[in-house]
Amino acid sequence: MTGRREELAAGWIEVVSRTLATRVSRAELDRELHELYSAIVEALGSGGLDTGAEAWTEVRALLVELSRNRARQGFSPAETAVSVFALKAGLERQLDQGSPGDVAAYLTLSRLTDALGMFTVDSYTTTREQIISSQAEELLELSTPVVKLWDGVIGVPLVGTLDSARTQVVMEKLLQALVDTGSAKAIIDITGVPAVDTEVAQHLLKTVVAARLMGAECIVSGIRPQIAQTIVALGIEFGDIVTKATLADALRHALRGLSDADSVRGRGASQA
Amino acid sequence: MTVPGRDTTADTVRTQPIVTSDDVVRARQLARTLAVECGLSLVEQTKLVTAASELARNTLVYGGGGRMDGEVVSRTAGRGVRLNFTDHGPGIPDTDLALRDGWSSGTGMGLGLSGARRLVDDFVLRTEVGEGTAVTVVKWTH
Repeated sequence: MTGRREELAAGWIEVVSRTLATRVSRAELDRELHELYSAIVEALGSGGLDTGAEAWTEVRALLVELSRNRARQGFSPAETAVSVFALKAGLERQLDQGSPGDVAAYLTLSRLTDALGMFTVDSYTTTREQIISSQAEELLELSTPVVKLWDGVIGVPLVGTLDSARTQVVMEKLLQALVDTGSAKAIIDITGVPAVDTEVAQHLLKTVVAARLMGAECIVSGIRPQIAQTIVALGIEFGDIVTKATLADALRHALRGLSDADSVRGRGASQA
Repeated sequence: MTVPGRDTTADTVRTQPIVTSDDVVRARQLARTLAVECGLSLVEQTKLVTAASELARNTLVYGGGGRMDGEVVSRTAGRGVRLNFTDHGPGIPDTDLALRDGWSSGTGMGLGLSGARRLVDDFVLRTEVGEGTAVTVVKWTH
């Protein structure tokens, strides 16, 4: 493998570049695979065939980098793994003129390539999972806006499924917004929540209680007829929490509460 | 024990494994799809979907995961959706207690199982301590 280095590496690069065609530049492939090739030769020279061993650290690092780049660039797992498996195709060509010793060496290398290929797919998948989970986090942030509806009134329109993670984000943002805007009223609108089960209800109640502890009043709006009937059948009690059918009703309620508070404060000031 | 809707003609059964909390959402979506196919009204759809949500979460949280099988069934009086939740968890030692409003062995509101029973038309709970739990519910069109 060391002797026919250039020849083998060239064959390898050719097979890979044929599959990946125009999506990776030839020069980049050249650099990547030559680096990998040298690392493999070195590892073969210094240590056994156990790809998990110390001697293979360099090769593994290169493969992790390669699959990470491929995953980021949107290549499929097969397109990523071909970079490794194509090494076999290059070697196969040399078999025709080879001795039985060469065949045995090829088979050993073949097993090795398989192990490296699996490793590549594994790290590819890990990277993809990381990408997906970070996207999910971003989505979580994006999907829970807190908007100012009026002076002293903030609104949280909830759309979609309300699970524990999402509620945590909603609660944090809502409580922070109450402080930042100096609002005394918050409206949680659940028009976009398709179903309210006991978990969603429990999360809502906790959020309302937390806001109340900070001295703010929460109104839950967007309770549609089917949701109201479901909540009653489930046996959930919202207690003294103000609920409204529409956001408009909730806003009217909140503004009335604010003006009452203002007039009380105004009287207090004139008497003093 | 008779299983509701078992003797009636059935469509193909669709299965949703319940292993992660995302699967609870998928189970809910499958329940909604079946409810729409069956022609349940919006209120009935919402009730069935909510019941599915409760039962799927019970399967996950208390049963340690399992599966939901759903299908559209018909009888002479109309059509319905049957959902079957199975797990191989610890089972329920006292079903009367488990079905009591406000009682929970966990941290929930204690309304999931009893609430789900009120949300559907037929409700059968079979459980064996150490073996697992199966809940079958049917919501019929009216």
